[in-house]
Amino acid sequence: MGGPRVTLPFSDAMADSIVRLSDLTLGYRRHPAIHHLSGGFRDGSLTAVVGPNGAGKSTLLKAMVGALRPLDGRVTLHGLTPADIAYLPQQAEVERDFPIDVLDTVLLGHWRRVGIFRSIGGALRRRAEEALAVVGLSGFERRPIAALSAGQFQRVLFARMLVQDARLILLDEPFTAIDARTTADLLDVVRRWHGERRTVIAVLHDLEQVRSHFPDTLLLAREPIAWGRTVDALAPANLVRARAMAEGWPEKGDDKAGPCRRAEP
Amino acid sequence: MTLYEFAVDPFLEFAFMRRALAACLALSLGCGPVGVLLVLRRMSLMGDALSHAVLPGAAIGFLAAGLSLWAMGIGGFLAGLAVALLAGLVSRVTALREDASFAAFYLISLAGGVLIVSLRGSNVDLMHVLFGTILAVDDDGLLLVAGIATVTLLVLALLYRPLVVECFDPGFLRAVGGSRGRLGALCHLVFLVLVVLNLVGGFQALGTLMAVGLMMLPAASARFWAEGIATLALTAMALAFASGIGGLLLSFHLNLPSGPSIVLAAGAAYLLSLALGPVGSLRTRWFPGRHPAA
Repeated sequence: MGGPRVTLPFSDAMADSIVRLSDLTLGYRRHPAIHHLSGGFRDGSLTAVVGPNGAGKSTLLKAMVGALRPLDGRVTLHGLTPADIAYLPQQAEVERDFPIDVLDTVLLGHWRRVGIFRSIGGALRRRAEEALAVVGLSGFERRPIAALSAGQFQRVLFARMLVQDARLILLDEPFTAIDARTTADLLDVVRRWHGERRTVIAVLHDLEQVRSHFPDTLLLAREPIAWGRTVDALAPANLVRARAMAEGWPEKGDDKAGPCRRAEP
Repeated sequence: MTLYEFAVDPFLEFAFMRRALAACLALSLGCGPVGVLLVLRRMSLMGDALSHAVLPGAAIGFLAAGLSLWAMGIGGFLAGLAVALLAGLVSRVTALREDASFAAFYLISLAGGVLIVSLRGSNVDLMHVLFGTILAVDDDGLLLVAGIATVTLLVLALLYRPLVVECFDPGFLRAVGGSRGRLGALCHLVFLVLVVLNLVGGFQALGTLMAVGLMMLPAASARFWAEGIATLALTAMALAFASGIGGLLLSFHLNLPSGPSIVLAAGAAYLLSLALGPVGSLRTRWFPGRHPAA
């Protein structure tokens, strides 16, 4: 590809990265969605993943939770087990009319501690109620989730992640189709996680939101365009380049694409 | 005829009616909660497909040992399980979706089963296998149905939490469930075994064509009465048992075949629930009443 090569500030040499990506290539049915991504997410960092549609942002999160096996390269978690990761998928495959109430949904966040058989005592229940208070849903404990709006349900999912108490939190477009007030409240929760030195990685579209709330950004267009401080990563030249790359993508599948050039020796 | 004579006398007077009543109770206890979970998992039609899939196994059992309950039960169980697993496997390794491959396998099974029975047995035998005879349930049959209900309730109690989460939010269970994300798949498999077991229990009372009736109709009706999973299961059990009693009495007094009577009683309960139940029924839609302020 034309243009100057990006030097990625968080290289493999960074010792304090909690997730390290090494020459990572991801895709579905042999069609790569991400090429040769290397770098690391610092422990305690708050990073936005930004890029045009089809840039491989969601794919990257799926690979980090282990739901997608890399075509090439690998994801290394440092000092983390899968139980230390909380993941909010873009469209959670949740049955929204399932007969379960808000508190029970939030209590699922305790799964790592209670598993299949252990009972949930008063202390764990109180933590779930506190989490509901943090997301502004006190008093909703016994509401069935079918009776909630999309924004309220997203608050419930954030409360469940609060209860999960995970060290790495992955959010895939958490504020899409969510009203402004809910977004502001949930951004407060994200800030709180950042203050607690948890690592948060969020796929986002709203660049203003990214600039004002996320210190670090990974700009992705199937290849990494920029990765570093948000002000640098979202510089106009980088955005133009990301858009130019997206325009080069075929509309449907890239069956005619040859093998990846850089994969060859 | 007084109500007592109508509703109680048949059971006091005839042992076969008492057995049939006990069989209905056992069936209701197992089928109620299993049916509710099937509805919640959007697998109602899969229950129907599986009930037909039981037939060839039962038919082979019948070929081997005549009208032996155990041979037909075990054969039916294996055939049902094989179809469930094959359909799941095909949907995983090919482009065909699971419901379509279920339909394909159960049609093959049903046709094969009818063919096998007709090779050897008379039309009476075929009717027996297809439509069941709850009024002829013997001690062995009762033990089988009661044993299946017991196993079902124990397993459901044991796996309640992951089963519910697997219905509600399978992605979450994959992420947190451990066993490298396979807990959900394991629960699904155990659940399918329970479905097939209960169909085998129902098949001997209601026949393969209608075994699923006492599973799905009360479960579907329960959605109009209850809103929690536990209350749904209890409602489904109660409705199934009530349909069993109603169907048996109908069958006794009007000299009708028992299987269709029971399923029709469950069908009547479903239509009543649909019209009049307090949760999301036609009544609540057309006459919403006053809603709370919040």
